[in-house]
Amino acid sequence: MNKELSHEEERKIEITLGNLLRVGVITAAVIVLAGGIIYLARYGFQLPHYSVFNGEPPNVKSLIAILKGVIELKSLSIIQLGILVLIATPVLRVFFSFVAFIYEKDLMYTFFTFIVLTVLIFSLMG
Amino acid sequence: MNNILFTILIYFGSLFAGFLGSLTGLGGGVIIVPMLTLLFNVDIHYAVGASLISVIATSSGAASAYVKEGYSNIRIGMFLEIATTIGAIAGAYLAGIAPANAIAIIFGFVLIYSASQSILSRKEENLVLTEDKIATKLKLNGSYPSGGEWKRYSMKNVPTGFGICTVAGVLSGLLGVGGGVVKVIAMNRIMKIPFKVSTTTSNFMIGVTAAASAGVYLKNGFINPSLVMPVMLGVLTGAFTGAKIIKHTPSKWLKILFGILVLFLAFEMIRNAVIGSV
Repeated sequence: MNKELSHEEERKIEITLGNLLRVGVITAAVIVLAGGIIYLARYGFQLPHYSVFNGEPPNVKSLIAILKGVIELKSLSIIQLGILVLIATPVLRVFFSFVAFIYEKDLMYTFFTFIVLTVLIFSLMG
Repeated sequence: MNNILFTILIYFGSLFAGFLGSLTGLGGGVIIVPMLTLLFNVDIHYAVGASLISVIATSSGAASAYVKEGYSNIRIGMFLEIATTIGAIAGAYLAGIAPANAIAIIFGFVLIYSASQSILSRKEENLVLTEDKIATKLKLNGSYPSGGEWKRYSMKNVPTGFGICTVAGVLSGLLGVGGGVVKVIAMNRIMKIPFKVSTTTSNFMIGVTAAASAGVYLKNGFINPSLVMPVMLGVLTGAFTGAKIIKHTPSKWLKILFGILVLFLAFEMIRNAVIGSV
């Protein structure tokens, strides 16, 4: 049997999720800002170097390396952590939809959402 | 110019881009990349990386506002995201191997297209009431609030819309933009979904699509933290200010003005790519 949610119930869930997303974005922005302030305090008077692409060093490219850098209070790692939190917000959003579709016993959409989640996780981990 | 000055300038440039993007509904991404490459001489790979992150920020940040209106259709969004996320990963890999000037030229053409869409702003408002077989099977039919009641709608051409959403994903991953314009065309123009439902569902999809590219970008080294920092914070501030100031849809002339600006940026990007300075 299907647990069909009414419009109002679905909207309530959506609004809660929307607010959660906003909390995620604000958290990310605060972390990025904190890292940015440390970065500018340390390297503010050096010259910018963005005109040539050199593919960023490994310490800001993988989750473990970023976390290690955060513990060592490296400014760029802290910014990158904030960016990861930001990237995680829509992924979490999809995950919550996945849970909601399971709850509604909507097999087809549980499957669709699972595909999207798999693609996202493949991109982030693979 | 040192890092502090550079960061402040980029912050205010991004604030302006986010502000205009939210007023016109085109998103900040379309101005961020030209601004960074043309004005600040940033390599286009770093530029699309920073733009993509700002796209996720504005999409997720605006989600609750859109949901409250009750227009977005989660099932349409989730179904089409299968197409956009797979497309996005392909696009992001493509961005890793494509030469800078090729990306700039494609970007230019997408900008021209977006600008012309913004100026013309054609909306399909023919409600499809006969239930489409595929849409019914996929449970995509929905209803939206209109004049105090819920109006039901169905749609057409689901497979074509799905295909165009794959293209939207590829463009998003290749160029670091939200691809909202293409998504809205797929839903509104092709699938005949009501315009408001299309735009709000598109916003919901943009963040997820961009997150799919973000993982590949991160591994390719496109995400430069010290550059992303002012871009992301600037676009967010600008987008929220824009949303606060204007509650109604922007006036026609503002859209046309923005369209002209985007057209100018597009030609500059293509010109620079051709003479080889991007």
